[in-house]
Amino acid sequence: MKFTKSTVAASLLILSGWVHAQAPSAMQVRSWAAACANCHGTNGQAQPGMESLAGVNKDDIVKKMLDFKAGRKPATIMHQLAKGYSDDQIQAIAAYFAAQKK
Amino acid sequence: MQRRHFLQTGSALGAMGLISGCATMGGKGPKVVVIGGGYAGATAAKYIRMWSDYGIQVTLVEPNPTFISCPISNLVIGGSKTLADITTPYDNLVKRHGVQMVQDRVTSIDADKRVVKLAGGTELTYDRLIVSPGVDFMWDSLPGMTKPGAQDKVLHAWKAGAQTLALRKQLEAMPDGGVFAMSIPLAPYRCPPGPYERACQVAEYFSKAKPKSKVLILDANDDVTSKGPLFKKAWAERYKGIVEYRNKHNVTDVDVATNTLKFEFNDDLKASVLNVIPNMRAGDIAVNAGLATANKRWCDVDFLTFESKVAKNVHVLGDSIQIAPAMPKSGHMANQHGKTCAAAVVALLTGQQVNTQPIYNNTCYSFVSSEDVVHVASVHAYDADKKTMLTVPGSGGVSSAANELEGRYALAWARNIWADTLA
Repeated sequence: MKFTKSTVAASLLILSGWVHAQAPSAMQVRSWAAACANCHGTNGQAQPGMESLAGVNKDDIVKKMLDFKAGRKPATIMHQLAKGYSDDQIQAIAAYFAAQKK
Repeated sequence: MQRRHFLQTGSALGAMGLISGCATMGGKGPKVVVIGGGYAGATAAKYIRMWSDYGIQVTLVEPNPTFISCPISNLVIGGSKTLADITTPYDNLVKRHGVQMVQDRVTSIDADKRVVKLAGGTELTYDRLIVSPGVDFMWDSLPGMTKPGAQDKVLHAWKAGAQTLALRKQLEAMPDGGVFAMSIPLAPYRCPPGPYERACQVAEYFSKAKPKSKVLILDANDDVTSKGPLFKKAWAERYKGIVEYRNKHNVTDVDVATNTLKFEFNDDLKASVLNVIPNMRAGDIAVNAGLATANKRWCDVDFLTFESKVAKNVHVLGDSIQIAPAMPKSGHMANQHGKTCAAAVVALLTGQQVNTQPIYNNTCYSFVSSEDVVHVASVHAYDADKKTMLTVPGSGGVSSAANELEGRYALAWARNIWADTLA
């Protein structure tokens, strides 16, 4: 059997899909993060009057979100939105924003 | 910069054998046509360009020369904002994102041949079509409103623009001691809290400029459809003696000559200024193309892709869709539709897997005065068993009370969503 470039690529895709069956894909995380852009700007680069998330330390975003979620940090709206996301989802979204250009 | 991105993606698409199918489109990569440059359509256009690394061609067809926001437009009616404040040009979609803008109106869609015809005679071919025409009004349920000139005299002001300004002028011309009567259709309609916010805006204007005047809300619904306790508190406390709310008042006709509303069950009512918000359905373009499958009124879609349930390669977004449970017809939600659809369209046109776990939120701010605001928020996630979007249990809620801090957030929200949609 001759292994062409495309069959190797396809095998790799299948393999990586299997290995990461439980983890959300990069595309999925990008879309989750994009849902925050309505208030926090495209890719987390906010317009004046709202907090930018682009390039912010991942752990800082995660801590804030978990504090909102647990009711430890007072908020107007974020405590209600944070409760819509699992801790794993918050970790993934925070990592996405941390990797964006400020 | 964009050219480099295009070349990279172009070669990737070519290697995957996807370019060949689009040879008739000019060989520059897959082609998407978006009908309607509102919160959903403009967002989809921008994000398809961004997320395809500028490899997918996007043409946006929009009859209006600029984007005028429905959110915040009630403040123009109240007098604290101008039309210029809520207007954004389409330039950045073209300059920054390479979207091709066509200022025209769509006359027909041929989903078999994948061709969109425009009033100006142009024909646009597509690999995937996004239909995002917002709402149109069911005038046939209000016979008096179909008479010549009726719609120029009795306004809806439910599409921001000329009617917004015209309603403001009617309020300014109204003598003190007059009655402003606004009718609200049965849900679902665009922007559930919008009419109640408008009542507050007009009441604030009256309280300052015409204190003997009244705001009469005639709601076809059983009760206030959104943020009820917060709006009722504002009417009872801030606008005591100005605002009166009447439920179960379903308007069935309008006598435009005498400024009189006629109801299904209640007595006729004459007012100084009428504001009739009519029943709504999916935009004409979607209805005429046979996409309105739910009661011939709204368009059923697959919530993973926003593809129509009846037309292949055709996606429907925004206020035109048959909503999922507890999903409002809002600008914020329309923007979320745009991004979810953009990701799916890019995936479908480049041979990648479509996301299977959409999660997005809705945030809706209402101004109960020119400064104080109340919100409602919710988080919606895809349910694979029910194949629809459902609110996440325990998430979401409303403001505890109207406050000025959220007034500032509401304006920041507007700046951000306008930029996310258009810049």
